[in-house]
Amino acid sequence: MLQAVALSCRRGERRLFADLNVRVERGTLLAVVGENGSGKTSLLRMFSSLLPPEQGAVLWEGQDIQQLKELYSAQLTYIGHLNGIKDDLTPVENVMSAMALAGEPCSRLAAQEALEAIGLKRLVHRLPSKVLSQGQKRRVTLARLWLSTRSLWLLDEPFTSLDTVATGVVTQRLHAHLQRGGQAVVVTHQEVALPAEIVQRLRLAG
Amino acid sequence: MSVNWSKYSAPQAFYPLAGRLIPWFAIVAVALMGVGLYMGFFVAPTDFQQGESYRIIFVHVPAAWMSMFLYVVMAVWAGIGMGLNARLSYMMAQAIAPTGAMFTFLALLTGAMWGKPTWGAWWVWDARLTSELLLLFQYAGIMLLRTSIDDTRRADRSSAVFALVGVVNVPIIYFSVQWWNTLHQGASVSMATGSKMASTMLLAMLIMTVAFWLYSIAVILARVRCIMAERESLSVWDEQTAVIQDAAEAR
Amino acid sequence: MSRSSMWEAVREVVRRDVLLAMRRRSDAAMSVFFLVIVVSLFPLGVGPEPAVLKTIAPGVLWVAALLACLLSLSRVFTADYVDGALEQMVLAPQPLALLVAGKVFAHWLISGLPIVLLSPLLGLQFGLEGEALGALVLSLLLGTPTLSMIGAIGAALVLGVRGSGLLVALLVLPLYVPVLIFGAGAVTSSMAGIGAEANLSLLGACLVLSLFLAPWATAAALRIALE
Repeated sequence: MLQAVALSCRRGERRLFADLNVRVERGTLLAVVGENGSGKTSLLRMFSSLLPPEQGAVLWEGQDIQQLKELYSAQLTYIGHLNGIKDDLTPVENVMSAMALAGEPCSRLAAQEALEAIGLKRLVHRLPSKVLSQGQKRRVTLARLWLSTRSLWLLDEPFTSLDTVATGVVTQRLHAHLQRGGQAVVVTHQEVALPAEIVQRLRLAG
Repeated sequence: MSVNWSKYSAPQAFYPLAGRLIPWFAIVAVALMGVGLYMGFFVAPTDFQQGESYRIIFVHVPAAWMSMFLYVVMAVWAGIGMGLNARLSYMMAQAIAPTGAMFTFLALLTGAMWGKPTWGAWWVWDARLTSELLLLFQYAGIMLLRTSIDDTRRADRSSAVFALVGVVNVPIIYFSVQWWNTLHQGASVSMATGSKMASTMLLAMLIMTVAFWLYSIAVILARVRCIMAERESLSVWDEQTAVIQDAAEAR
Repeated sequence: MSRSSMWEAVREVVRRDVLLAMRRRSDAAMSVFFLVIVVSLFPLGVGPEPAVLKTIAPGVLWVAALLACLLSLSRVFTADYVDGALEQMVLAPQPLALLVAGKVFAHWLISGLPIVLLSPLLGLQFGLEGEALGALVLSLLLGTPTLSMIGAIGAALVLGVRGSGLLVALLVLPLYVPVLIFGAGAVTSSMAGIGAEANLSLLGACLVLSLFLAPWATAAALRIALE
């Protein structure tokens, strides 16, 4: 269970949010919505431990993530608004490299299957990623979700530049993850097409 | 006597306390500087080898000491800041850097003034002068790094990391420069005046050192107050301003 | 996290950076090319007198190597910072200092090792021979990894900061001084017939010290840069 306790965030002189309390139970998803600059990404980065909270704490199974450090990272798949893929590597190489770095090395075949699952055809697998479109690059990044065995997913605007088909596929994947007892925090400006009883919405006022 | 020291570590309490202390440190510093300089320039005996020109050491040596002490003190504050995430410590570290750099520059300047009559050149690649020059570069690096980063929190922590790296490096630089100096058989005249220093000379030097310390404390406290005012727009400890700000935000 | 997957991740960091460098060979060739040009400029400025060139050779070669290293520093983290790979590295379930050490090792393989391999040729241009040439290669072999280690701290500190190219030089060059002194000293003393051992052991000590301390400082700086 992921929990935010009395979390405050300040960027420069501006206070984005203060005294924020929220719980994400197993099998549920927290959808963070709000205007641009309302602190959605900052909140996700606090959940990921990249950004230490100004006040308050983020707890994982009751323990402060700033203390858990790498133990917490081992529970986590984080996909930020940056894709983190290398232009000079092929999609398959990118997926394999990202998985190995995340401590979940995968085979070439598994990487290819993941890429196909998100709708990237074999033909594309061997091209350098720099020739791909924005949407295709986003898919390469999101292919990690088909290989991740981590219980907590933190996704920053996963559906940006995806078409409706790909959005549907990723949503299905999210649903499967939740049904297996996983949990997720998703920053998004669109509706997540999941059953209402497993989705919790958090609106940041800004 | 029990004093609640932690009370003064909060900016609200520190600000007025520092304000009250500054004049005292400043007055004593100026008085001691007067006494020290008088003793150094008029009371201490003339050196039989170097004549009158040696008298610059009453400024040079304390300044060089201060330049190194202050670097260590700055690194300690930076380390405390990193360890306890204490904003006041970062502000102290920030406030110390310019004073440290000033003393380093003073040491270099007086070194050059001493070098001209003694060695016949304004600049000699003497081991101590060279390490002092490199120390000045490190001070400059810290201040430049800080001013290049807009976000205060990141500026604080980045310059703290660099200050801590530098404090490991300073003794290595000092040692390596000495090693280099012996290798190249450069200037054989050293700045050290030996153990046969007259007691008035030693006393004058100590008085100057204490004066420089007090001066540093006064200037650094004043600078910390400025930094606080700048960072917090006085809102943290000035209730009225805080109220005005809240009203502005509410609108 | 098991030990094997820890090394797997470090190996992946090294492998990926080397692979990327192989796909963009011109980037890696640039710093070597820079070194050759800088070294070749000195005889043009100082004059072709062999005795003079031989005296200044250790200093010139070492300063040029140091500058070449400095120029390549922006490559260590900048691309990863811009494309988001750095975030993923910081969030990896392995000790960040270890992964940083992997990145620095890759950087040395790409831009340090070529300098070491090329140095005998440049030494010959300046009339170094025999033992002095050996001392040059050995000192660079021990010294350039230290330069990469120290440089990585600076590179991490200035990530995303305006004017970072110049700033990193100002931060890192004073820290390079001991390595420069011992490195050039090794060559000079071997030319003078004193033997380079003392300087080389000091270079080794610098390398060990930087191996233990620099990755931690770099990891701390990276975390700060990503906040």
